[in-house]
Amino acid sequence: MVQGSTIGRATPTVAARATSALPEMIKDAALFALVTLGLSIPVVAYRTDLGQGTGLGLTGRWGLVAGLCAAVFVLRLAQRLVLGEVSRRRDARTLAQAESTAPARLARPGRIIGPLTLGVALTLPLLAALGSGGLSEGRYWIDLGILILTYVMLGWGLNIVVGLAGLLDLGYVAFYAVGAYSYALLSTVFGLSFWVCLPLAGLFAAGFGVLLGFPVLRLRGDYLAIVTLAFGEIIRLVLINWVDFSGGSAGLSSIPRASFFGIPFTAGEGGFASVFGLAFNPMHRVVFLYYLILVLALVTNLVTLRMRRLPLGRAWEALREDEIACRSLGIDTTITKLSAFALGAMFAGFAGSFFAVRQGFVSPESFNFLESAIILAIVVLGGMGSQLGVAVAAIAMVGAPELLRNLGFLKAVFGEGFDPNEYRLLLFGLAMVAMMVWRPRGLISERTPSVRLGARAR
Amino acid sequence: MMQVTGLHATGLARLATLQDEPPAAMPGGPADPILVVDHLTMRFGGLTAVGDVSFKVGRGDITALIGPNGAGKTTVFNCITGFYKPTEGMIRLRQEGGETYLLERLPGHDVNRLARVARTFQNIRLFPQMTVLENLLVAMHKPLMRASAFSLAGILGLPGYRRAQEEAIAKAAAWIARIGLTHRADEPAGDLPYGDQRRLEIARAMCTEPVLLCLDEPAAGLNPRESADLNTLLRLIRDEFGTSVLLIEHDMSVVMQISDRIVVLDYGIKIADGTPDAIRNDTRVIAAYLGVDDEEVAAVEAEVGLTGTSA
Repeated sequence: MVQGSTIGRATPTVAARATSALPEMIKDAALFALVTLGLSIPVVAYRTDLGQGTGLGLTGRWGLVAGLCAAVFVLRLAQRLVLGEVSRRRDARTLAQAESTAPARLARPGRIIGPLTLGVALTLPLLAALGSGGLSEGRYWIDLGILILTYVMLGWGLNIVVGLAGLLDLGYVAFYAVGAYSYALLSTVFGLSFWVCLPLAGLFAAGFGVLLGFPVLRLRGDYLAIVTLAFGEIIRLVLINWVDFSGGSAGLSSIPRASFFGIPFTAGEGGFASVFGLAFNPMHRVVFLYYLILVLALVTNLVTLRMRRLPLGRAWEALREDEIACRSLGIDTTITKLSAFALGAMFAGFAGSFFAVRQGFVSPESFNFLESAIILAIVVLGGMGSQLGVAVAAIAMVGAPELLRNLGFLKAVFGEGFDPNEYRLLLFGLAMVAMMVWRPRGLISERTPSVRLGARAR
Repeated sequence: MMQVTGLHATGLARLATLQDEPPAAMPGGPADPILVVDHLTMRFGGLTAVGDVSFKVGRGDITALIGPNGAGKTTVFNCITGFYKPTEGMIRLRQEGGETYLLERLPGHDVNRLARVARTFQNIRLFPQMTVLENLLVAMHKPLMRASAFSLAGILGLPGYRRAQEEAIAKAAAWIARIGLTHRADEPAGDLPYGDQRRLEIARAMCTEPVLLCLDEPAAGLNPRESADLNTLLRLIRDEFGTSVLLIEHDMSVVMQISDRIVVLDYGIKIADGTPDAIRNDTRVIAAYLGVDDEEVAAVEAEVGLTGTSA
């Protein structure tokens, strides 16, 4: 009886709150519908059609307007109800968390998703071949895997600069371009092999990172973003206009393809297939490229994770948190910043030279601002500084648009003329807005301490 | 002492005439100074924030720098710790081994790295998202960086670096225990209560193994209990670690109890320098804090129940 009465006491208060909020919500939704009406009268209400004669005739579409208003009303109402519920639950959860041991629960998703993603990544060619009934048939999936992994690697590289050191870099693609052109030029002009060019491309890109770093040492935030943006454009414009050097906007073609540590992927004698006693299949090269980028990306990840535990990596994070405090602790902020720029740029250089060896063709087209924006979006969406978050965000950002191409069933819903691909950017934008509303600090915003005292004591 | 605590008023009008008088000649000062500030002047455009200030900080002493708001205390601090380059003057730091550094000539981070002067800030500057332990490890950047061979040995996980890291963690753990935060060592520093953040900032500065520790208002925003804890911590730093302390403070219960020597600034000029007892009875200091004409000082002293010397 006593328990029943407590529950009985608690329930009315919640119910009362909900009912008292409802008229207010309806009023709010009605206001939204009114604004929709105002907006749709000039835009939607009349359609101009070619009349029987020469002039244009107006066709009224008031039914559509009414439909829009009703839809906005309902959606707004639903949104308020859902958001109200979500925030109520969140309050309840934070209260519960404050009492119980929260960290253990928060760490769990990472423990499952991380190995799972890695497992899929390691076996993707096999999965693709089994799933689509043959290596050649699975090519689409392996190519998609290569594309995603390239962005994962770029995201991890940029994560060092933006996520750890807190230096907003909008021109990251410039280093990617430096890496790609380094390989393209070194291999076509000097005939150097990929394995010689790879470290050289990384070094060149790191050099450019330091070059960019010097003038922007004193800048932070918005100012830094603008200068790095300009730097990215400068590199692209130089590549377009210095025709003798880079081939201009035509780019550089017939770049030597990847070989298996010196053994070319050719059909004839001495090719990869004959050396290993396999039947020739052009897919061997694709699979090799897939594992190459996987290894490169994992090296990036490993180095970043290691760096976080080293004094330099901790200094990066400290720099992000408070530069003045860093200086008062005897940390040379110049070297710390430059090293972050250089290391981040180096990984972009590696990724760039991989890009060149995969495409066999580079042109300034591939290195425009949109690429920088996508890479930055991956880092921000993933959660600044979180390695797993960046990987998941890269899969979502690069993989999801590809997925849209294959949503054939939508045609059945919206009619034959519907092409989901055309709505790609719209959905993309909606997803971004939703992210920023529900997870403003990225998919994985929890920061894992680089070292723990508690674990040692136990 | 208690009376002076009562005089902690800050926004009172001060004597205009004090500016025009030359700084009073101070006898001697500490015999073995670790820091000598010599004719320090700092101008911002037309404003002279600090005008020709000279004082000494004794080795192994706790020296307090006090004065009403806007007296230029923090400016002096920023000059000493390399955040400002003084317009004129010399700041000489002599370590125990005899190495002498001219702090005004060192680049910002070398003041800590080479001359081993550490500081805290008026508005706490921790690394809020990093844990308590990480905050202290960042402070041991120099030895760890050397051990990790600028990250190369660290990346490869060589034993030399591991050992250095273990030592650093042990040292940090000892400091965390000293400030009583062992149970929260793995929590983000930004989540700590204000008083704990203050003590953590001091511990972090101490992890750089300074010979001189500069504290900018360490007791600001602390309750009396926390102030008492702070006194204990500062005495420990002086007695056990032999670190000289220079502190800016408004809380007279801290200043009078633990200072070996007090320097008083007003309008960017030094108006007094001496032991707490001498400062307590110094007419200029009383005038600066209370804002009266010289003739009225005696009356004011009588009013606050002070029976010291008169003007």
